[in-house]
Amino acid sequence: MYDIVNYEEAGTVQEAIRLLQANPRARLIAGGSDLLVKIYKGKITDAELVSLRGIIALKDISIEGDGTVRIGACATFSRIAGHPLIRKHVPVLAEAVSRVGGPQIRNIGTIGGNICNGVTSSDSAPTLFALNALLRLEGAGGTRVAPIQDFYLGPGKVDLRQAEVLTEILLTKENYQGFGGHYIKFAMREAMDIASLSCAAVCKIVGQNVIADFRLALGVAAPTPMRCLRAEEIARGRVFSEELLLETGRTAVTEVNPRTSWRATREYRLQLVEELSKRAFKQAFVKAGGVLL
Amino acid sequence: MITKKINCTVNGRQVSIEVDIRASLLDVLRDSLHLTGVKKGCAVGECGACTVLINGEPYDSCIYLAVWADGQVINTIEGECKEGRLSKVQQAFVDEGAVQCGFCTPGLIMSTTAMLQSGKKFTREEIKAELSGHMCRCTGYQNIIKAAQKALED
Amino acid sequence: MQSVGKSVRRVDAVAKVRGMADYVDDIFVKDMLQVKVFRSTIANGRVKKLDVSRARALPGVVVVVTYEDVPKHTFPTAGHPYNKDPKHQDVADRRLLTDRVRFFGDEIAAVVAVDELTAVKALRLIDVEYEQYEPILTAEAALIDGAVEIHEGTKNIIARSEYQLGDWEEALAQADEIFEDEFSTSTVQPCALENHGAYAYMDASGRVVVCTSTQIPHICRRVVGQALGIPWGRVRVIKPCVGGGFGSKQDVVVEPLVAFLTTVVGGRPVKLVLTREETFIASRVRHAIQFKLKTGVKKDGAIVARQMTAVSLNGGYASHGHAIVDNSGEKYRHLYDQLAIKFAATTVYTNMPAAGAMRGYGIPQVMFALDCHMEDIARALRLDPLDFRLKNLNKTGYTDPILGITVRSNGLPECIAKGRRLIRWDEKKAARRQQSGPKRRGLGMACFCYTAGTYPLNLEIAGARIVMNQDGSVQLQVGAVEMGQGSDTVFSQMAAETLGIPVDMVHLISEQDTEITPFDTGAYASRQTYISGMAVKKAAAEIKDKVLRHCGLMTGISPQSLDIADAWVVDHKGARVMPLAEVALDGYYNLACAAPFTADVTNSATTNPLSYGCTFAEVEVDLATGKVKVLEIYNVHDSGKIINPQLAEGQVHGGVSMGLGYALYEQMIFDPATGEPLNNNLLDYKLMTAADTPEIGPAFVETDEPTAPYGNKSMGEPPVMSPAPAVRNAILDATGVKFNQLPMNPHRLFERFKAEGLI
Repeated sequence: MYDIVNYEEAGTVQEAIRLLQANPRARLIAGGSDLLVKIYKGKITDAELVSLRGIIALKDISIEGDGTVRIGACATFSRIAGHPLIRKHVPVLAEAVSRVGGPQIRNIGTIGGNICNGVTSSDSAPTLFALNALLRLEGAGGTRVAPIQDFYLGPGKVDLRQAEVLTEILLTKENYQGFGGHYIKFAMREAMDIASLSCAAVCKIVGQNVIADFRLALGVAAPTPMRCLRAEEIARGRVFSEELLLETGRTAVTEVNPRTSWRATREYRLQLVEELSKRAFKQAFVKAGGVLL
Repeated sequence: MITKKINCTVNGRQVSIEVDIRASLLDVLRDSLHLTGVKKGCAVGECGACTVLINGEPYDSCIYLAVWADGQVINTIEGECKEGRLSKVQQAFVDEGAVQCGFCTPGLIMSTTAMLQSGKKFTREEIKAELSGHMCRCTGYQNIIKAAQKALED
Repeated sequence: MQSVGKSVRRVDAVAKVRGMADYVDDIFVKDMLQVKVFRSTIANGRVKKLDVSRARALPGVVVVVTYEDVPKHTFPTAGHPYNKDPKHQDVADRRLLTDRVRFFGDEIAAVVAVDELTAVKALRLIDVEYEQYEPILTAEAALIDGAVEIHEGTKNIIARSEYQLGDWEEALAQADEIFEDEFSTSTVQPCALENHGAYAYMDASGRVVVCTSTQIPHICRRVVGQALGIPWGRVRVIKPCVGGGFGSKQDVVVEPLVAFLTTVVGGRPVKLVLTREETFIASRVRHAIQFKLKTGVKKDGAIVARQMTAVSLNGGYASHGHAIVDNSGEKYRHLYDQLAIKFAATTVYTNMPAAGAMRGYGIPQVMFALDCHMEDIARALRLDPLDFRLKNLNKTGYTDPILGITVRSNGLPECIAKGRRLIRWDEKKAARRQQSGPKRRGLGMACFCYTAGTYPLNLEIAGARIVMNQDGSVQLQVGAVEMGQGSDTVFSQMAAETLGIPVDMVHLISEQDTEITPFDTGAYASRQTYISGMAVKKAAAEIKDKVLRHCGLMTGISPQSLDIADAWVVDHKGARVMPLAEVALDGYYNLACAAPFTADVTNSATTNPLSYGCTFAEVEVDLATGKVKVLEIYNVHDSGKIINPQLAEGQVHGGVSMGLGYALYEQMIFDPATGEPLNNNLLDYKLMTAADTPEIGPAFVETDEPTAPYGNKSMGEPPVMSPAPAVRNAILDATGVKFNQLPMNPHRLFERFKAEGLI
């Protein structure tokens, strides 16, 4: 039994917003794989819940006429990982969300919940950062669209305002088309684990192995997921080489600020930043059609 | 106590039941429907012992609210043996020595059953990945993987 | 052999795959109340003030009991046979509830409520104030002058022991080289999938009935009696299906409290099932032990002198206490030979969870230290590490000078040869040149020895009872405990073997009930197949004798010339005389001399055979991340005759998996400032998943142990003993870096590789 005192199911996003407005103590629940654990652990007591599970539209994955891929916030990780649109247009996101927990967790956990938890170890965030994902947020005052980078405010803190619902994650065509991407989750175990460090790289090639675009995003390298803009800048326009990899890795290390916890030391995470950045970049390069010489 | 009436199918049987909004599906399966083959090992989705199939997919029933089961088709270990005959997966677990203390067994059989029912082919590595949401301390997973391979053959 | 030696299907397999096996929490009892324990949120201190009035007032709370309400006396909890000599009794240092807090999570009060959530909410309404002391988390802190005593009058020492054999100075003088090193192991938890749990009620006659997940029903009965201060006969313990034990259920954990609480609520049933988080800290863990080794060796590799000192961290309560590190000292002595040997050990209290039994009982710890040290010596002397071990092994015929037990079978040299062949040791060693890439491969191995039971240190007694039914099938009752390892199945095979009937004619009663089942001290020390097996064999032989004598009466044939095969009585030529069922039926209903065939025997063993084995491992080390991948692993055993190959392989799979967890993944972590456990859940404590586990290669060298009922020796614990040192030696082979501390996780490897300039 969970310490829940009230539970309501919203049939539409508007209804969810109204329920949240009516009760400031109420929290949204989607998959529940994080929220129910918090209740179990006593971090939330006398919980009052508004469920989004009945809103079918929030589970949708579709593509717009302009090529924008839309992912409903309540789409589960398994649904995303197996969806033909995702596998076709952004296979790196399918890879990334396949590394969440284990199969049972991926069947229940949602991408929107993963983002709204605001943790730096989120398995979806680095890839969404690298893809410049946009978030559609609906509230009483209307709808706004925010870049995912701006949504993360600090550890466990996101820019979700009172009575606001994250409804969609948007990936615009120019941010995924022609990119090869690779995600590395480094954890102690191959499944059922939290990343010690995670790394998503996407890149685009022109001509003879020239890096037309490159984006590098990391999880657990700072209080929130982050991009390594200087490392990206260094790579753009250069011909891919082992030296470039080394330079990218070295530069990424200068941009991050991981912390020491009982899970891993700062020094170890810095080592992983350098190493995984190189490995992810290399794989992304190959997937983008680059040729290793 | 707030309750909600739900209708669902459990092991092929129509069930209509008032559930406490605080209850997990695990609570209701065990305490109300007495399906105690569904085990509680951690209560927070970390061990897989409580795995059941919902619409054919494996879920940790401990972190699934009972109210969500409304309208769903649920299968537990108790429904797998039909007319005294073990299912293909159950038989493979027996034959391959995949059972020791037996506490993780029902959950693992349900996940393997979901794989079998999907009709897909699985490599050994894919089987390991599909079963990676279950903890087992007795078997080192070896005979469980062997049993899954056997059940998924042909 | 007809039944023994065959991969007979587990007798409980069908019930378990159908979800029909009932564990403690699956049994429905009407009017059940739920218990939650109020645990300390400091590691060392004393309760100054406790206010439970708000909790008592919460609707649904039946009673709140605190340390003020429980008996003042202390009791022991270890699952050892009782010893009448007070000097050899387990340390009695627990109360049912305490105001003196000795670890983070210590038990101060208990809430009994109508349901679990109400009990949980009541816990939040309890107010407590502590007088806090500095948490003691290391041996150094425990032993420093003026350290706060965790238990008064102990100076934080549970026990010290030592032995010395041979003339140390003279032996050391013969050494060409002396090697010294230090090793340390970590605190890990058994993590049986079923958490600790029990319920208790009082029956109409006022006796306390406890139904519990335990490896030791009869010991549990005694301890509950001691804890409550009531005659042991007033306690009845029932053991249903057990979801794994691995040692932490060779201890009495939740039973005394539920037994006491039912007496408080007038005998109404009360249940306490620990959460996973509680099981980690409030049941038992494996002792972390620090070892110092010193070894004198001649140039040719002959060891002349060996010395080991050990400090064992026991946590806040003694539980099995010093017995664990003493066992380390024994197997250290048994495995290799020398002219002189010394051992000294200390077990200390710390403010951590109580350490008790865990699969291997001090041997995974000592074999890590010993066989890493042996590897290092071999390398330093440029000797082949396999030859070096083989040269120094104790051989068949070895009699332990302290315990007096004699080795009558030792297949370790053959195990080493087999492992060497399986992993293609020589071929790979020859092919592997100096490595320079980012990923390095290496080979390693390590040995171990073990015993079967605890004789002559403890009583080794086991009971078995057989009743033949009218149809010639038998009911078999044993006091030995099935907890997943397969003992019920092997006992069925043994009874079938000796009786000459198929296994499916043996109906074993798996549920233990101290009212019904014969006395046996339980499932530990890998003793049951050997010790309880003797009792089963004796009981079966007695039944057979009775059957044949009765058949002799029926037929006039001399019983000496009769036998039983395939459930038929046969003559000396093997020709069928009469179906067994006909004899059994006559035994029940013969008007002149009806006397159903029954046997009830107790066996007290006075021998103890050594089992042996080794692990061979090949690893690949990713230098940049410190991650180790086990490519191949073979775990080879001389466990005597294998009673059931499929079950034995299952023991190896699970033991190796646990051993690899010990080597590479698992460790309980505590906040060094507060003693708070940081990873007491299955997300943060890294049990390997299916995706992490390599293919495990079990192999056996079947010696025939003459003292055993069926040639068998210990099998349950041995698989966990040598994987960690084998992996360590393989990492050394791959990288040239010695890891003397467990676990060898990526964090540790990174730090050392960085320090050694490898990255």
